[in-house]
Amino acid sequence: MTQLTPVLSAIWDQEQSWTIETYTKTGGYGPLNKALKMAPTDIVQAVKDSGLRGRGGAGFPTGMKWGFLPPDDGLPRYLVVNADESEPGTCKDIPTMLVNPHVLIEGAIITSFAIGCNHAFMYVRGEVAHVYRRLLQAVREAYAAGHLGQNIHGTGYNLDITVHAGAGAYICGEETALLDSLEGLRGQPRLKPPFPAVAGLYARPTVVNNVESIASVPAIVDKGVGWFTGMGTEKSKGMGLFSLSGHVNKPGQYEAPLGITLRELLEYAGGMREGHELKFWTPGGSSTPIFTAEHLDTPLDYESVGAAGSMLGTRALQLFDDTTCVVRAVMRWAEFYKHESCGKCTPCREGTYWLTLILKRLEHGEGTMADIQQLVDTCDSILGRAFCALGDGATSSVTSSVALFREEYEAHVTGAGCPFDHAASALFPYTNEAVNA
Amino acid sequence: MTYDDATLAQLTADAQQILARYPQPRSGLLPVLHLVQSVDGFVSPDGIGFAAQLFGLSAAEVSAVATFYTQYKRRPNGDYQVGVCTNTLCAIMGGDRIWDELSEHVGVGNGETTADGAITLERIECNAACDYAPVMMVNWEFFDNQTPESAKQVVDDLRLGKDVAPSRGPNKVCSFKQTERLLAGFEDGLANEDQGVGGPTLAGLDAAKAAGWEASKS
Repeated sequence: MTQLTPVLSAIWDQEQSWTIETYTKTGGYGPLNKALKMAPTDIVQAVKDSGLRGRGGAGFPTGMKWGFLPPDDGLPRYLVVNADESEPGTCKDIPTMLVNPHVLIEGAIITSFAIGCNHAFMYVRGEVAHVYRRLLQAVREAYAAGHLGQNIHGTGYNLDITVHAGAGAYICGEETALLDSLEGLRGQPRLKPPFPAVAGLYARPTVVNNVESIASVPAIVDKGVGWFTGMGTEKSKGMGLFSLSGHVNKPGQYEAPLGITLRELLEYAGGMREGHELKFWTPGGSSTPIFTAEHLDTPLDYESVGAAGSMLGTRALQLFDDTTCVVRAVMRWAEFYKHESCGKCTPCREGTYWLTLILKRLEHGEGTMADIQQLVDTCDSILGRAFCALGDGATSSVTSSVALFREEYEAHVTGAGCPFDHAASALFPYTNEAVNA
Repeated sequence: MTYDDATLAQLTADAQQILARYPQPRSGLLPVLHLVQSVDGFVSPDGIGFAAQLFGLSAAEVSAVATFYTQYKRRPNGDYQVGVCTNTLCAIMGGDRIWDELSEHVGVGNGETTADGAITLERIECNAACDYAPVMMVNWEFFDNQTPESAKQVVDDLRLGKDVAPSRGPNKVCSFKQTERLLAGFEDGLANEDQGVGGPTLAGLDAAKAAGWEASKS
């Protein structure tokens, strides 16, 4: 049985956990002291050796990303923290920043020091007012305590942090779209290469990292590479937040070593809703192919989830029980991607539009058997042909659900509409009478 | 522009503070648009003109940015932006029903505002609180674990002018304009107000403590 390992979440139940007093009292900013006495290259090496991989979904090795920066040319280089958490099902960075913003700030300072950055940015989605309040306050507290500003801890190192609120656009979680947005433009992805490490913010070398990746850095510096690599699997090291939501008795944030299984997590979360069974779930948000109860014992690490045909993504485990119509679920995700497609490239802009139309008519009993094949064909026209990963993500739930639940799609055609009672899926009782009847 | 002198002076002073946060001024455009909304309640023609002048852009260039982002409103917004999450997880957990009942109750549809200017309803996408589904946001504060009844009660109370506390957030929901000023990067002194951490946020930590587990120290 894999045990839970609260690290980032360890102080979340403390009184006023978001203040610098609480954070410092529980050991916070000690790792910064240690880091400032290290050679920056040693910090980069330690993060490389730890095997930390990007916690924002892609799983790219964090230390390697830092190592891609070209040699210092005396001009600015930037750290940008991607705090635009918007992937459906993903709800880990928002509570992290709400309840313990200082761990992110400390991580950002250490990272900035390691990569030679004097101005870091945190790009927070705009739809979370209290998170933004807490971050603004935490940055102000860190300046007052001498952790930010000029001559930090007397080392001669200077760093400013700007906390920037977005304005509602999922695509800004894509790192180059985020950079365009941070430059005051429409948030549309850039052509790569050049990658941000070479030409990022203001065309300068830039590291873009997810909140949880950066927040993991202080613990790695503090407790060491061996401690971090002692958790997880051979290629997926360390701990991560697993976010359980949906038809589960105790939804929430479960911090555990990578490689834990959903069966184990479900035990801690009190199992599925009484009287019902797991039907399908996403391992890492709506952009990852869905799984079923067949995958309860798949280790939730990058390699095992990939080998099973999906992606670990953001460890956003959305759980749906046997009352749930998979066509309805996938239709709503498709509507999301259509809404959030930035419009830059044709496969994504047009493809998500057509996926939505076809899924809607299937769900409403107006579809044909040919529509089911048309869904798969449309996904083929998007996958690998879109400008960025948003288009690929839009196809994941469609393709995987048709593969796993084709009979259910067909039942929507032969039975003239959705065979499910939507009220049975809700977490509160209601009857299916029309609202204005 | 039709701003009076005092409003224009305040806008200009605030905008200068925003620009000072960035190595390049254009990065201040998004916060300046939030600032415009804090004064006008939407991205007004005046506000577009103000931003265009400030950044040396055309009105079309500013509009091109403003229309890309859903939080920027093109029509005067209600005092309270009420968003019901109807993305898959929340929709299936009951968000669809909450939306149907709330929209019928308030008498306006998606993106529409009540005649008294109090409430703007919106179907919103995932707001990163899935472990509290079904979720509703009022001026971007969290209202967790909603039902049709609780959602209607919140809106009724807001329309009666009562103070309404979110599930996680400050002691009362701010107005749309106040929230927009915050999003422009101006602190409002409410960061330490708190309604409790929330059960799902602590679920894993509680389970670990109950079992006597912690991550190793070193």
